[in-house]
Amino acid sequence: MPENCIYIARSSAIAARALAGEMMVMNSADSTFFTLNEVATAIFQAADGHTPLRDIVRDRVCGQFEVDLEQAQADAEQFVTELSSHGILIMSNEPMASETP
Amino acid sequence: MTLMSEVGQKAFNLGVPLAVHMDVTYRCNERCVHCYLDHDDHGELTTAEIKDTLDQMAEAGVFFLTLSGGEVFMRRDFFEIVEYARRLMFNVKIKTNAVMIHEAEARRLRELDVDTIQISIYSHRAEVHDAITKLPHSFERSVKAIRFLREQGLRVTIANVLMTVNSSDHMAVQKLAVELDAHYTLDPTITPMMDGGTDVLALRIPGEELTGVFQNPALVGNQEEFCAPPQPPSEKDLEGYSCSAGHSFCYISPYGDVFPCVQFPLPTGNIRQQKFLDIWNFSPQMKEVRSVQAKDLTVCSSCTHVTSCTRCPGLAYLEGSMRGPSTADCEKSFYRTGVPTANMLRQGLSKPRSTSGNGARLIQIRPLEMTAIEMPQIEIPPDTGMPVPFS
Repeated sequence: MPENCIYIARSSAIAARALAGEMMVMNSADSTFFTLNEVATAIFQAADGHTPLRDIVRDRVCGQFEVDLEQAQADAEQFVTELSSHGILIMSNEPMASETP
Repeated sequence: MTLMSEVGQKAFNLGVPLAVHMDVTYRCNERCVHCYLDHDDHGELTTAEIKDTLDQMAEAGVFFLTLSGGEVFMRRDFFEIVEYARRLMFNVKIKTNAVMIHEAEARRLRELDVDTIQISIYSHRAEVHDAITKLPHSFERSVKAIRFLREQGLRVTIANVLMTVNSSDHMAVQKLAVELDAHYTLDPTITPMMDGGTDVLALRIPGEELTGVFQNPALVGNQEEFCAPPQPPSEKDLEGYSCSAGHSFCYISPYGDVFPCVQFPLPTGNIRQQKFLDIWNFSPQMKEVRSVQAKDLTVCSSCTHVTSCTRCPGLAYLEGSMRGPSTADCEKSFYRTGVPTANMLRQGLSKPRSTSGNGARLIQIRPLEMTAIEMPQIEIPPDTGMPVPFS
């Protein structure tokens, strides 16, 4: 998957809520439960299916957390790949409609 | 500590209502012999009111939402409510008798990614189950529904309420759960009626029979550990709290009344008159519930069981004081460990007095009588220094 055109959307199968700045996420399919730190929460909240991951990292991560864009992009790709493997996020090379139940 | 426990503790410390049990109706198509509810509709929240409440709860930080009743499918808008709740990204659990769930309903629940469906099964024998629910063929219909739900890959929990009329059946119900690939839970708690009547308490199984339940590894896991004599409480233990009621959990009735717990009928406010978060944060009753630490308990603070007892402050409240003992839990602690409780000792009892029906009328759920609550102008910062709850 080319690194500069990744789109991410939240799966409709999940439950999620912010608790003191960190996001709790649970996948109802297998009851896996995660908490996301502040940076991961920012990416998760911006996962609307049509904003490229690179733009999310630039605007929501580098803009707020003072980190290098390339390093942040690499970390973000690793993070979204992992959440995708657990059915929390959906990744695509094309823009997607955000899933709703 | 698991991640889930850590999150629960964090919500507890911050005073965030992490979990809410919401009864959407008290109407029901069954008439279970042990049920504590009045099944008439006295003015249920409308669809719009429930949606507004869900919006408020999401805003307040509620993550785990249990929808129950009555029978939830008696509401024609039930799927609309579930769909709305899922759009708000709640983790939704449903408690139902399931007799109205067929293939189409099971499929819809799968599409909505409901986390778990809990279904009451009282016996493996249809005649016993149907005699308890007073609905002919209810056993057959509920079991069929469990199969539909499992075919959709949904998680199902069979809830088995243990009482005198089905006390010999729980092992067979557990076996049925295995056959149906469902989880199994057993609960020996029988609650007084909403109108204060205690006749149903006669259905509680005698305390002596609890010993058999507590010594069954299939139900309690490590029996030796579960039944071990209690350890003396430390000073830190006495700073702890009974449970999450009012701390990170509350209950909302079909009429919008908010209580600390489904089993704690102390009205704290009504969402038709106040915002959910205002009730949660500022209700004097909710604050009082939150203030009670183990050291404040009138009898239990000196009890050797204080750190391991399942003492329910709601059941204690039903007996007259939220700071007092809950006799049904004293009974469980005694029959679990064989060690007398402080409540027994003060009465000179060598074994618990039966908690089955004694004819006394207890405090019960009543509609809220509103009094004005003075609203602070500044939001109260969350208290992050609370000691760990002891159960």
